[in-house]
Amino acid sequence: MPKDHGIGASTKRREDVRFLTGKGRYTDDININGQAYAWFVRSDVAHGTLNGVDTADAAAMPGVLRIFTGADFEAVGGIPCGWQVTDRKGEVMLEPRHPVLAHGKVRHVGDPIAVVVAETLEQARDAAEAVVPDITELEPVLDMKAAVQGGPLVHDEIGSNLCYDWGFVEENKEAVDAAIKGAHHVTTLELVNNRLIANPMEPRVAVGDYAQHDDSSTLYTTSQNPHVIRLLMGAFVLGIPEHKLRVVAPDVGGGFGTKIFHYAEEAFVTFAAKELKRAVKWTATRSEAFISDAHGRDHVTKIELALDADGHFLALRTDTYANMGAYLSTFAPSVPTWLHGTLMAGNYKTPLIYVNVKAVFTNTVPVDAYRGAGRPEATFQLERVIDKAAREMGVDPIELRRKNFITEFPYATPVAVEYDTGDYHATMDKLLEIADVAGFDARLAKSKANGKLRGLGMNCYIEACGIAPSNLVGQLGARAGLYESATVRVNATGGLVVMTGSHSHGQGHETSFPQVIAEMIGIDENMVEIVHGDTANTPMGMGTYGSRSLAVGGSAMVRATEKIIAKAKKIAAHILEASDADIELKDGSFTVAGTDKSLAWGDVCLAAYVPHNYPLADLEPGLEETAFYDPANFTYPSGAYACEVEVDPETGKVTIERFAAADDFGNIVNPMIVDGQVHGGIAQGIGQALMEGASYDEAGQLVSGSYMDYTMPRADDLPFYTVDHSCQTPCTHNPLGVKGCGEAGAIGSPPSVVNAVVDALQRAGHTNVTHIDMPLSPARVWAAMQG
Amino acid sequence: MYAFELERPKTLDAAKAALAGDEAQALGGGQTLIPTLKARLASPAKLVSLAAVEGMSGVKAEGDQLVIGGATTHAIVAAEAALTYPGLADLASHIGDPAVRNRGTIGGSLANNDPSACYPAAVLASGATIVTDRRQIAADAFFDGMFTTVLDEGEIITEVRFPVPQAGAYAKFVQPASRFALTGVFVARFSEGVRVAVTGASEEGVFRWTEAETALSGNFAPEAVDGLSVSPDGMIGDLHGTPAYRANLVKVMTKRAVAAAS
Repeated sequence: MPKDHGIGASTKRREDVRFLTGKGRYTDDININGQAYAWFVRSDVAHGTLNGVDTADAAAMPGVLRIFTGADFEAVGGIPCGWQVTDRKGEVMLEPRHPVLAHGKVRHVGDPIAVVVAETLEQARDAAEAVVPDITELEPVLDMKAAVQGGPLVHDEIGSNLCYDWGFVEENKEAVDAAIKGAHHVTTLELVNNRLIANPMEPRVAVGDYAQHDDSSTLYTTSQNPHVIRLLMGAFVLGIPEHKLRVVAPDVGGGFGTKIFHYAEEAFVTFAAKELKRAVKWTATRSEAFISDAHGRDHVTKIELALDADGHFLALRTDTYANMGAYLSTFAPSVPTWLHGTLMAGNYKTPLIYVNVKAVFTNTVPVDAYRGAGRPEATFQLERVIDKAAREMGVDPIELRRKNFITEFPYATPVAVEYDTGDYHATMDKLLEIADVAGFDARLAKSKANGKLRGLGMNCYIEACGIAPSNLVGQLGARAGLYESATVRVNATGGLVVMTGSHSHGQGHETSFPQVIAEMIGIDENMVEIVHGDTANTPMGMGTYGSRSLAVGGSAMVRATEKIIAKAKKIAAHILEASDADIELKDGSFTVAGTDKSLAWGDVCLAAYVPHNYPLADLEPGLEETAFYDPANFTYPSGAYACEVEVDPETGKVTIERFAAADDFGNIVNPMIVDGQVHGGIAQGIGQALMEGASYDEAGQLVSGSYMDYTMPRADDLPFYTVDHSCQTPCTHNPLGVKGCGEAGAIGSPPSVVNAVVDALQRAGHTNVTHIDMPLSPARVWAAMQG
Repeated sequence: MYAFELERPKTLDAAKAALAGDEAQALGGGQTLIPTLKARLASPAKLVSLAAVEGMSGVKAEGDQLVIGGATTHAIVAAEAALTYPGLADLASHIGDPAVRNRGTIGGSLANNDPSACYPAAVLASGATIVTDRRQIAADAFFDGMFTTVLDEGEIITEVRFPVPQAGAYAKFVQPASRFALTGVFVARFSEGVRVAVTGASEEGVFRWTEAETALSGNFAPEAVDGLSVSPDGMIGDLHGTPAYRANLVKVMTKRAVAAAS
């Protein structure tokens, strides 16, 4: 019998009631009395010298309050980068200045040049059309290899477009080179991990407010981590101390990584509100989102896998060019390095690995973390090269993987991480069962009879989630700690409020977090309320990304609740005249072990706030505790995915016929929410594999700048998924034994889709097709079949 | 969007009068025009909605012709032409999404002549006649390249008269993002011969594939075009397909349209 409450129950998401009935309170729903409206004037060229901005005509237009340009921001800081990577030679990365508004130069289409603030949105927009930037166009640099081979400089002052040249593990390089040189077989694959645009349903919005009575600023923003924004913007950009700055991220309509980062628009509205002494609101249009939200992925990679005659992996070498875009977004440098290179071992016992990454500036929108962030890029190249190796060596791709599986844990990889637990054979066995691999041949015959090609692709994945041990990431260049926090407040009548540093923008925390507390105390989930997203009423937290909320934020909540329970037991012991060591808490009731003496949860809570019969000499009144939790290690979710496709040989159109995912997320709090996270992740992975791709033309214009040309996956593009998370090896180092499930689908699905399409083409006799770059659009697949 | 005046005339004469003014622009269902206005790419002083003009909406049979009012939405065509001209109704039922189909009109689509629109293929393949407030124009003389027709400024499409073929069907391969036709082919078989019209593929807009018409007039079967080849010269090349890919689709979609019509 599935549980109907607490940990393991598929409790329906309580937040969906307001989301689905239009009662959510998003940033754009926030309107402050007297607010003005901002409209950004953005560069329509990819690269140019900004000689000046003529605002005279615009300033005289109706309703205009003020027009800001880069000159207004010379006295404040630039947008900071949150991670400093050290290169192969021990030197720190090149870190160009990132002004709030462009000054001297424009560096990508969409680079903000000026902002009109006016009484109404239409007035601001009208006046923005009269702002005349004086730009001398420069040749843009778009191709990464050209950029590091003497192409035009994106940032003249740093003298190079190469942000860093990272080697990992540098000491292994010679041994890896030697192993590849002497190997029985080497499989080489060159591929592109396509640039993506996150496209959350809710575009970014920022509302700045300023209170003259106490000289304090408030920013309402579409963020996954309001405390991080408060720290970055307050300390590094505007110089506002945290006690004078409140950042609120209310209901947020999807983030997928692109709402982690601190953006110029946030700093602008906060700055402008103080200058103008009135609130300033900016709401991105969808077109603006395409050219101002940080993009994702965009790697160009060559990977080489060396094997012995028996198919054992001997060594792996990868060379990647990673696009940073025109500026360093908040966590951009960490994505192709520490979130990518450390995952190159995958699920396999490859003894020698060397990863080289060249991060490159180009005249494009900045690139940063997008669902999976670095781990999809690692998984894609590894699982593609293994499939190619299996084909070249004439062995079964599943058996080749099994032969190289890591089977003993903990396992220290040659790329600096230690997997605490996992069972890769178990997820593979489960996958073969739920994907009905045995029935593939019959389905293939049916497809053939209908004139269609059919292919089966599968892959494994591992990811590092639960980001992350602060002391470790500090050594790796993070300019932040990555703990999480929770304050648990028990009210006098027994209800609880959890103020968490995690942020929910679709993950269902308001439902799943109470399930944990309800389980711990033995009370109804509805007695627990989750508060998040406001720096004024939550403890300093690092927010939600990297599948970290339950593993890190949930652990902080557990620790705080443990403190609550320990204190409540002391109160109960006093009232029941017993030793607190003898008090047991079960089903919301405190009992003295071995007796029938008991006290209800609510009676103890009331006693804490009405301490008439209370051990005041030894114990403070009240029942409220805070915990900060810093994880001991990453968590390592893993799994095996299978995709079956049909390909129309006449048009190249790929349809996903079946998709199965067997994941090991450790313990599960809410299976329904986990299913949903996996479904969404797979949809995005299929989107990347078949449809999505940001495309620039030679002039640096974003060709795929709207939904007319950027293909988002739609419901009818996707199959019914078969997902399973019954294989559970609990995380060994967090109190819930959970690993995280938010990114798995997006990490695990692209390789199986591409493997399946290549398999279909190979089976149809297109033996020269060993790879097709994503997205596998009909035109690309058709072209591949033409030889 | 810039400010504009909106008129909703009830009669054709009133519509003509309203459109006679400077910078006046006819508004059909607005499925192209309204997004264009929202992006501030056009700034007409006045929009003249044709939605309320009496007698301009609806589907009716007249002899061997199907007559569709210029302001008739795709959804109405999909529902009301289903028995008389199922191939045309099927085309209408797959334009855009329900919101588009309940606003967008046949007159608006034809006047706009988007090179990826579906209706031009049906009109050209059927040999339809476009009736305006001032003349009748044969389909073969109506389309004049991408987004261009022979319509004069302010000329209103009042109805479109379709000869109903013995068999007719449309096969569309959608552009993955917009779901407009990357290439769409309408075939119509009449007693006097077969007509084949292609949308989405050519830089010149909708066109007739005359070699296929000849082949299919002799043998109305998919394999009749097997021996033909389509030149990629003049085909559209973009993010979603090369000229060679579109040339391939012209043939593939023609065969599928014939199969559907057979």
